[in-house]
Amino acid sequence: MDSLRHTNVDPVLAQAVEWLDQGRRIALATVTRTWGSAPRRAGSHMVIADNGDFSGSVSGGCIEGAVIQAALEVMESGAPRTLEFGVTNEMAWEVGLACGGRVHLLVEPVVRG
Amino acid sequence: MNSGLLRELVKAQATGRDVVLATRLSDGAQEILDAATPSSRLVAPADASAAGSLADALRTGTPRTVETPGGAIFLRPYIRPPRLIVVGAVHIAQALVPMATIAGFQVTVLDPREGFATPERFPGARLVKQWPDEVMDTLAPDRRTGVVALTHDPKIDDPALIASLESEAFYIGALGSRKTQGARRERLGALGFSEKSLQRIHGPVGLPIGARTPEEIAVAVLAQVIGALRG
Repeated sequence: MDSLRHTNVDPVLAQAVEWLDQGRRIALATVTRTWGSAPRRAGSHMVIADNGDFSGSVSGGCIEGAVIQAALEVMESGAPRTLEFGVTNEMAWEVGLACGGRVHLLVEPVVRG
Repeated sequence: MNSGLLRELVKAQATGRDVVLATRLSDGAQEILDAATPSSRLVAPADASAAGSLADALRTGTPRTVETPGGAIFLRPYIRPPRLIVVGAVHIAQALVPMATIAGFQVTVLDPREGFATPERFPGARLVKQWPDEVMDTLAPDRRTGVVALTHDPKIDDPALIASLESEAFYIGALGSRKTQGARRERLGALGFSEKSLQRIHGPVGLPIGARTPEEIAVAVLAQVIGALRG
């Protein structure tokens, strides 16, 4: 699917199709809603492959690790999930957005069919 | 998501078809909608509010969530990217074209002169080696199109600017000193363009960041174009 590069196709979706064509299992994460100073707008995509490779982003890098984990889980379960991330408490080790924003995500497996 | 749906989305983008992916957030049920097929099992035909949101998403490219009797539906539009028409295959254009392409614009370079709009100078770019008065009608700038004139040559820049002023282009810019801009305003004013209309032309072009090199000027121009698109 190299032909999809340099066209109007969203590069993350182009990567998703490329991984599908290679026979890899993938999941797609999409920002569905944001509040405050979330770094990536609604509609932003990140695609995750079954070995943890990923492309695109759903934040400034703060929550991508947790999203990869959720993506691997939905690949196993086959069912989509919604996730919510809020502000990081600097005193805690929880995953969150240091920027002070809040985001909702949809993480869905891409199933063959 | 079904892999067939993903492929259909990618195909729609590759072929320039504006679509919306509708996803029911409760269970992930999905379908692709467009202006011709605005309703479906997820978005009921009678749901005027959802239909309005869909039309708005298709027009602006901004995603949103709509509440329907069947639950919350996330509408994610995939519409054609904004266009940038660069008039003048000059040194600044050689920096501006790749930068604007990376920023997501579909860029067309226009220059009728021999040796300017060549693939060697603009690898991979859409090049049109014609006079603006011959092709601006075909390029048909719309509200998602920006036009920047970089030649300094009224024979080339003016027809492009005239066509842009007669369009809904979201951005019109023209290179040139304040003196050049003054002379241009007089020429275009004499053709009947009002002062208000001529104020649409950004000139001197680009945000005032003290840009000196062609590359820095390209940054200033692209920043101004993005400001006009998003502002």
